[in-house]
Amino acid sequence: MSPARPAWLVLEDGTAFKGRAVGADGEAFGEAVFNTAITGYQEILTDPSYAGQIVAMTYPHIGNYGINPEDGESRRPWVEGFVMRDCSPIASNFRAQETLQAYLTRHDLVAIDGVDTRALTLRLRERGSMKAGLSTTEPDPHALWRRVQQAPDIVGVDLVRRVTCEAPYDWPPGGGAAAAEGPAIVVMDFGVKHNILRSLAALGARVHVVPASTSAEEVLARRPDGVLLSNGPGDPAAVTYAVKTIQRLMGQVPMLGICLGHQLLGLAFGGATFKLKFGHHGGNHPVKDVATGKVEITTQNHNFAVRLDSVPHGAAVLTHLNLNDQTVEGMRHATLPIVSIQYHPEAAPGPHDARHLFQRFFELLGTAHA
Amino acid sequence: MPKRTDIKKILVIGSGPIVIGQACEFDYSGTQACKALREEGFSIVLVNSNPATIMTDPETADATYIEPITAEVIEQIIEVERPDALLPTLGGQTALNVTVQLAERGALDKYGVVLIGASLEAIRRAEDRERFKHTMESVGLEVPKADFARTLEEAKALAGRIGFPCVVRPSFTLGGTGGGVAYNSEEFERIAQLGLDLSMIREISIEESVVGWKEFELEVMRDRMDNVVVVCSIENVDPMGVHTGDSITVAPAQTLTDREYQEMRDAAITVIRAIGVETGGSNIQFAVHPDTGRLLVIEMNPRVSRSSALASKATGFPIAKIAAKLAVGYTLDELANDITKQTPASFEPTIDYVVVKVPRFAFEKFPTADPTLGIQMKSVGETMAIGRTFPEAFQKALRGLEIKKDGWELSPPVPPPDVLRQKLASPTAERLFYLRRAFSAGLSLDEVYHLTKIDRWFLRQLADLVAFEEQVTAAQEQMGACLHGTADTAAQTAAGELLRHAKSRGFSDRQLAKLWQTDEETVRRARLRWGILPSYYLVDTCAAEFEAKTPYYYSTYETPALSLGGTGRETRGAATPSLPRPSPHS
Repeated sequence: MSPARPAWLVLEDGTAFKGRAVGADGEAFGEAVFNTAITGYQEILTDPSYAGQIVAMTYPHIGNYGINPEDGESRRPWVEGFVMRDCSPIASNFRAQETLQAYLTRHDLVAIDGVDTRALTLRLRERGSMKAGLSTTEPDPHALWRRVQQAPDIVGVDLVRRVTCEAPYDWPPGGGAAAAEGPAIVVMDFGVKHNILRSLAALGARVHVVPASTSAEEVLARRPDGVLLSNGPGDPAAVTYAVKTIQRLMGQVPMLGICLGHQLLGLAFGGATFKLKFGHHGGNHPVKDVATGKVEITTQNHNFAVRLDSVPHGAAVLTHLNLNDQTVEGMRHATLPIVSIQYHPEAAPGPHDARHLFQRFFELLGTAHA
Repeated sequence: MPKRTDIKKILVIGSGPIVIGQACEFDYSGTQACKALREEGFSIVLVNSNPATIMTDPETADATYIEPITAEVIEQIIEVERPDALLPTLGGQTALNVTVQLAERGALDKYGVVLIGASLEAIRRAEDRERFKHTMESVGLEVPKADFARTLEEAKALAGRIGFPCVVRPSFTLGGTGGGVAYNSEEFERIAQLGLDLSMIREISIEESVVGWKEFELEVMRDRMDNVVVVCSIENVDPMGVHTGDSITVAPAQTLTDREYQEMRDAAITVIRAIGVETGGSNIQFAVHPDTGRLLVIEMNPRVSRSSALASKATGFPIAKIAAKLAVGYTLDELANDITKQTPASFEPTIDYVVVKVPRFAFEKFPTADPTLGIQMKSVGETMAIGRTFPEAFQKALRGLEIKKDGWELSPPVPPPDVLRQKLASPTAERLFYLRRAFSAGLSLDEVYHLTKIDRWFLRQLADLVAFEEQVTAAQEQMGACLHGTADTAAQTAAGELLRHAKSRGFSDRQLAKLWQTDEETVRRARLRWGILPSYYLVDTCAAEFEAKTPYYYSTYETPALSLGGTGRETRGAATPSLPRPSPHS
């Protein structure tokens, strides 16, 4: 079947893939990354950490079970563009309410299928993440390539500003938070995934979400038992205001950092972050808990990582290690009740092995009070 | 935790004769495990009654006994060889059953032989359906409503309570021998009596029927540090009611959302812990209601199985080898991923292709056998194929069956509509080809779904394949000139596109030649002239995230990328091939 609507994916290095448009008409630019999870495209599309990125799925059949009302990780999709080998024409699942194609079109997302995603992945693995452009309107790949080269890089760009909430809100929406009897947790929203909020609420927490620019004084005014520094998109070094806020919160309240939140803590401790060659994006990364020796299969989605040896005075202690490439997956402050992890205990999508870390954070709150 | 030093000599029990339900997969697993253990310096004593296996080759074990696999004989072997340990999980059901007998007659205690891989208690909890049910309920997992009977009278009373259709399964048998689905009391009496006769302990279970539910399997591994990984998910195209060995199966699962898949993964981990398989692999089967998502645990094999052999080949994760090493004390993070060598075995393979297994039947050799498929396995073999997409792998698998098919081609004559509907409703070896007829005859997807209960996603993939083939056939006239290179450029380009699409959907040159009424050589020559060549892609356990060191390839047809020339940031990756790049802000 010849492509009904042709589309092009062009990488910064001049590699061009011709495929079929399966979403909205238009053009999209971003950093191309690949995700190796087999299931969970709805969660991936709606994860704010993907702002600024064109995501390619390595599993060839995507869209099989459609889109449902429960599995979104935020109010809308955030990827810049979506790349697949084969997008399912139908949605086959009892919870599905629309097909992936209908969803992509409804949200004005440019998407392409028919792409040799393995060749694309190999290119990104060998040459590192790079800028890319996706177009359903430009028939000339050379012209698209020129625009890709002019598109902005995501290094040094504050993408958090784009995805954080505009005003504070409680979780669950509709007043459930006030009724809970557990600890009060303020979540600094750098692009928070809803499953972090669901996980906290499931443990009985009163969850208050605040915008990324909220000052330390405003956070403390809410008298939180703990602060959660959420996941989010892009380069941690560009979110300087958040680093300052975190530094003012240190010593005032126990904190848990997840993903970008973990990287921001690394910077707040005086350490450095660096960009990984092609990041970690998937649901099968083994992480070892250094204290117990247990291995967790984890969900990962990050391009930057903390360099632990750059943290001065031994202030940060390694707690979790990636067994694939030995990068830092978790740390704690040497003296303060502050812990952080680079991967995603909330999963969604991915294995639930690390869910217990929310409970562990709650135990930390208890000891801080005592 | 390094390997155990308290054991030196290990007894391995093979699976015996090749019969329907137990074939060379156990030879594959057993050989792999023996090699792995000898590599670690253990002395291996092997018992197998079947000399026509690879594992009984002299270099596989230190001592090989080709003797009947019975408790009496094995006890004598134990007396002579005095092994420190017995590894019972590699020889299928035969080895597990004889191990239980050995333990019960006190032979293991008498000679101080420890069980490794699975304890007696774990084997009993998994194999005895009553204990299995209690264990599952104790950890909050649901199983089909069921109870047990030891006499025909008990069985009849029970069937009255559970209702028809119900499933009859004898406890402790092989490949579901003697089981069946009963739709009425006459059928029930016949199946129940046979089941009682065949059960090693004269016991049958009678269960709520889950016929038509979606069927899945997970391959799980656990080490003695309680690290658990799921190696592979498998979805059966044929729904519950057809034995997994007789089903077309697909890896990975295609129609589960991440939420449902993770729920199943959590359940699998709970099962392996509750049953108490401390080290090694298990296969766990699940049923999912297509309209509600209700998840039931069907059964668990505390050993390597037919499916684990398939899962090993499907993912590149050598389950039997790793299971053997876990049994002697290693943990998953101490073992290397066999394919990448650089990353550890404590991970879950992710794949970027589709694996399809199609069973091979030989009813022509068993003219009196009932060709209807049920919960007793009837296939005599299988093919496994890998492609980038389901249609591609599916057609490759059919081609490998040696049933004179070059792909998913028509075979049975067109039956009248009511006969066609009957043929779709009843699972047989031929149903696959009637499905094809149904789509060309214009039956709607929903109607075919209601007749077969095959998930709509698979049906749509198959229907699209039929529609595409019609398009290919319709192009016969234009293709004629193009194949011989006498058409104009535009026509040639269009023809090349069509041929490329056909190849990526798994059509063979010979199959296309038949559709275009030409010969294979003509199609092949045109294909080469147009540069439509297969890509050879790696089975690498990680969807290309890491470099693979082990050459395990499959062929596929992809549309090649273009290189627009120029450098771009080409040097960036080349300068630092694998090191993390510091951000300019750090």
